[in-house]
Amino acid sequence: MTMTIRHHLTDELIMAYSAGTLPEAVSLAVATHLSLCDECRAALQAHEAVGGSVLEGSDPVAVSDACLKGALALIRTAPAPDPVRPAPDPVLPAPLQDYVGGSLSDVAWRSAGMGVRQAVLKTEDSATARLLYIPAGMEMPDHGHRGMELTLVLQGAFRDAGGYFGRGDIEIAFEDTQHTPVAEGSVDCICLAVTDAPLKFSGLLPRLAQPFLKI
Amino acid sequence: MIELLRRIRHDRDESAFVDLFRHFAPRVKAFLIRSGADPAMAEECVQEVMATVWHKAALFDPSRASVATWVFTIARNKKIDLLRKQKRPEPEDLAWGPEAEPDQEDVVGLQQESAQLTEAIAALPEKQRILIEKAYFGELSHSEIAEQTGLPLGTIKSRIRLALDRLRHAMDKT
Repeated sequence: MTMTIRHHLTDELIMAYSAGTLPEAVSLAVATHLSLCDECRAALQAHEAVGGSVLEGSDPVAVSDACLKGALALIRTAPAPDPVRPAPDPVLPAPLQDYVGGSLSDVAWRSAGMGVRQAVLKTEDSATARLLYIPAGMEMPDHGHRGMELTLVLQGAFRDAGGYFGRGDIEIAFEDTQHTPVAEGSVDCICLAVTDAPLKFSGLLPRLAQPFLKI
Repeated sequence: MIELLRRIRHDRDESAFVDLFRHFAPRVKAFLIRSGADPAMAEECVQEVMATVWHKAALFDPSRASVATWVFTIARNKKIDLLRKQKRPEPEDLAWGPEAEPDQEDVVGLQQESAQLTEAIAALPEKQRILIEKAYFGELSHSEIAEQTGLPLGTIKSRIRLALDRLRHAMDKT
């Protein structure tokens, strides 16, 4: 499971994930990267240790006796069983499988034209998560962002001004980033793309790009 | 704390649960109120957090986390679930292999480190300590965290190295 990851999460994202403040779609990208990256997983454990220390050192608020009684009643009843995770998929790490409802073959792809396919995953709507399937060699339209865009490679690779991104690598782009990712190599590229605001396309491309990505 | 959890895990000892509850429930309640819960909602949530500690006690690994850290992660997940009504995407479970009793040396090391970390945070200048509390109690958004320059991330950097060492060590054994 250990692999060479070149592009990692930022400290801020790991910290916010450990505090539980990220939109669901962004958490999905973080959890997926963590599933593939030991280094960021270790960083998460460190941040959670800080969270534990903060909890330990925080000022307590008195709890009623009824609350303890209620808790004792709860521990005497059987808990709801945990959902069983599907069998591992070579492309989709477990957190994505949870959203797809199985394996790669269960993804409800929709054609976005020119061989590109996408599948929007169901999350609360302050950010959007979609799987993208981009044929090898295809160039994505040049676009900037109003908010943040996370792109995590699951299969194949892409390259843009930020460098080369292979499986597990995550690109974190902000408002000032203009980029034109190109799917590299001979294998079609599958990515998880998460945006916390709609993309904006530059130049002549919007008319072409909007139906292309259906956004 | 470790001993209380061991008694919950092995003996299903309710008096150990009561002791653990008396220590953590008021802290978890404070955490939930700061996250925007009203007191009644917070207590309902506290019950569920503490019941999860009981039901999942077998999953607690003292060579990987302190009890406070483990309770923190359960409380955070419950907060997302009950207060924000969202799902919490969780990373893939690591293949730890057949679970043997954790190495006693690892347990002692981790628990000592955790105590030192708690002391180090308590000893921070007030301004920094409050900032850390706000960040980990979920009172700062992702972009607010990115804008903060006063966050003492140095403390965390050395923790990350230790956590990574521990993770590799644990995986070598499987």
